[in-house]
Amino acid sequence: MVKFSEDKLKEVQSMIDRYPEGKQKSALIPLLHLAQEEFGGWLSAETMDYVGSLLGIEPIEVYEVATFYSMYNLKPVGKHVFEVCHTGPCMLKGSDDIIGYIKSTLGIKVGETTADGMFTLKTVECLGACGYAPMMQMGIDYREHLTEARVDEIIAACRNKQQKTSKA
Amino acid sequence: MAKKLLLEKDHVEGIRHFDVYRREGGYAAVEKALKMEPAAIVEEVKKSGLRGRGGAGFPSGLKWSFLAKPEGVPRYLVCNADESEPGTFKDRYLMEFLPHLLIEGLIVSSFALGSNRTYIYIRGEYAWIVGILEQAIAEAKQNGFLGKNILGTGFDCEIYVQRGAGAYICGEETALIESLEGKRGNPRIKPPFPAIKGLWDCPTVVNNVETLAAVVPIINMGGEEYAKIGVGRSTGTKLISACGNINKPGVYEIDMTISVEEFIYSDEYCGGIANGKKLKACIPGGSSVPILPANLLLTTAKGEPRLMNYESLSDGGFATGSMMGSGGFIVLDEDQCIVRHTLTLARFYRHESCGQCSPCREGTGWVEKILTKIENGKGAISDIDLLWDIQRKIEGNTICPLGDAAAWPVAAAIRHFRDEFEWHVNNPELCLTQNHGLAHYADPIHVPA
Repeated sequence: MVKFSEDKLKEVQSMIDRYPEGKQKSALIPLLHLAQEEFGGWLSAETMDYVGSLLGIEPIEVYEVATFYSMYNLKPVGKHVFEVCHTGPCMLKGSDDIIGYIKSTLGIKVGETTADGMFTLKTVECLGACGYAPMMQMGIDYREHLTEARVDEIIAACRNKQQKTSKA
Repeated sequence: MAKKLLLEKDHVEGIRHFDVYRREGGYAAVEKALKMEPAAIVEEVKKSGLRGRGGAGFPSGLKWSFLAKPEGVPRYLVCNADESEPGTFKDRYLMEFLPHLLIEGLIVSSFALGSNRTYIYIRGEYAWIVGILEQAIAEAKQNGFLGKNILGTGFDCEIYVQRGAGAYICGEETALIESLEGKRGNPRIKPPFPAIKGLWDCPTVVNNVETLAAVVPIINMGGEEYAKIGVGRSTGTKLISACGNINKPGVYEIDMTISVEEFIYSDEYCGGIANGKKLKACIPGGSSVPILPANLLLTTAKGEPRLMNYESLSDGGFATGSMMGSGGFIVLDEDQCIVRHTLTLARFYRHESCGQCSPCREGTGWVEKILTKIENGKGAISDIDLLWDIQRKIEGNTICPLGDAAAWPVAAAIRHFRDEFEWHVNNPELCLTQNHGLAHYADPIHVPA
């Protein structure tokens, strides 16, 4: 069952407290971020209904927001999500080649997840890193000035981290 | 070296922290402003000639003066940190490296406008900056610059950071307000403007990050002194984020008297075109504003050098000019394909259209499809005319400026680079493997050697 821990519920309350009384719906977008982080990196219908119940709003009010914004995942994603920007300024600096390289290295198409559930590849529109292009977002971090070698390093680091965690 | 008002201290070690920022003279504007009448602060901003730095360039003091002040109704200041215009990354730099400058500007502005609860709406992808801003807010609060009874003046103010979740449209102020209310980012029909009916139906001012940061030097030096920097109605300094095929991409603070040529070729700024290539074209103010070929970029149609300011960049209107916009300066070298580049922008606007207005929702999709056809060597000459027709039908026919923003790049690309679109149509095989270099132009684009 989907439920925040006591600590997270305190965080939820502090989010709601940022708004005047009766305006708790404003906490919806931050709460969906929190829920996505806590409940497996995506928003299931159960998760969205739960978030709605915390704010006292109808499920449809949550769905219409969750489907509008591009940062919410509406289906499961891999452990590491590569969101590569391909808008004009990144394109000028070779983002299409970087996307091609990631596709061939991981053996997946854009929008797919590797069979081991480790990596998902997405393309995204401008993330405000145009001067440091090409770039991608990974979780909350930006990886900028991408080259093929840098992509290799990032993939290897993700795999190493995974091995260490599974050994421990 | 141009005078810096915003980024002067960006390389001071530890400037992100209150103690260092304070030691460097920070929060003097709050001390000064809180002894003034709120109306006098608005007057200083009016005198400064400051224009909105988010893209529209509307006079900030005038915008402030529209704020309704009904008895017993809260008023809100909202900082627009939803920086999403392709080519623009200046607010990110300012927030990441000088968070206290923004917080200081917000405190002064909140006092001037009577906002006791101020929000920073930041794009969701700038997730790591949320922590930097919250840290700065906490430090300011510990030191008595935020919270209850600031500096014993009786003024209370809290600042909260709200993260968006990925939507360009939330940079439009009424869409931003909707999003801050926990809804889809659908722009509202205006009037009423936010100054009358904004956040939770209360009077609201929404200002860009850089605009609010600029309030700090305005208060410190006085509006009249600030207005002496720059030229004409382009007063003060402007942050430009430069990217694309240049040697030194990055964020630069400019005095708006320098020429475009100096900005591109001087080592103080972009450092010239990368890899020894020639300049082909440039979008000087973020992806929405018209692209200009090198000759019209560097020199106006009247033959005068074009300067990096609001008036000069728009000299000639859309026929031969462009706009200052958000200051997102995108440079294209001779190897770049205008059709392909325009296609990426068309895809961006199709993706970001909120879907409320048919001309934008449907039109941006058609534009992307037709450009895809042309880029892949499957277009006809009539498609170029169709593109022109569609963009004309989007522009001015939507409730928010996203429609215009989607139409203008297409219009300008066809206006100045029609040769290149036709070359794609007439050379369906070549266009898949070759870029359309400068040589293909009947009337070559003149660029400096």
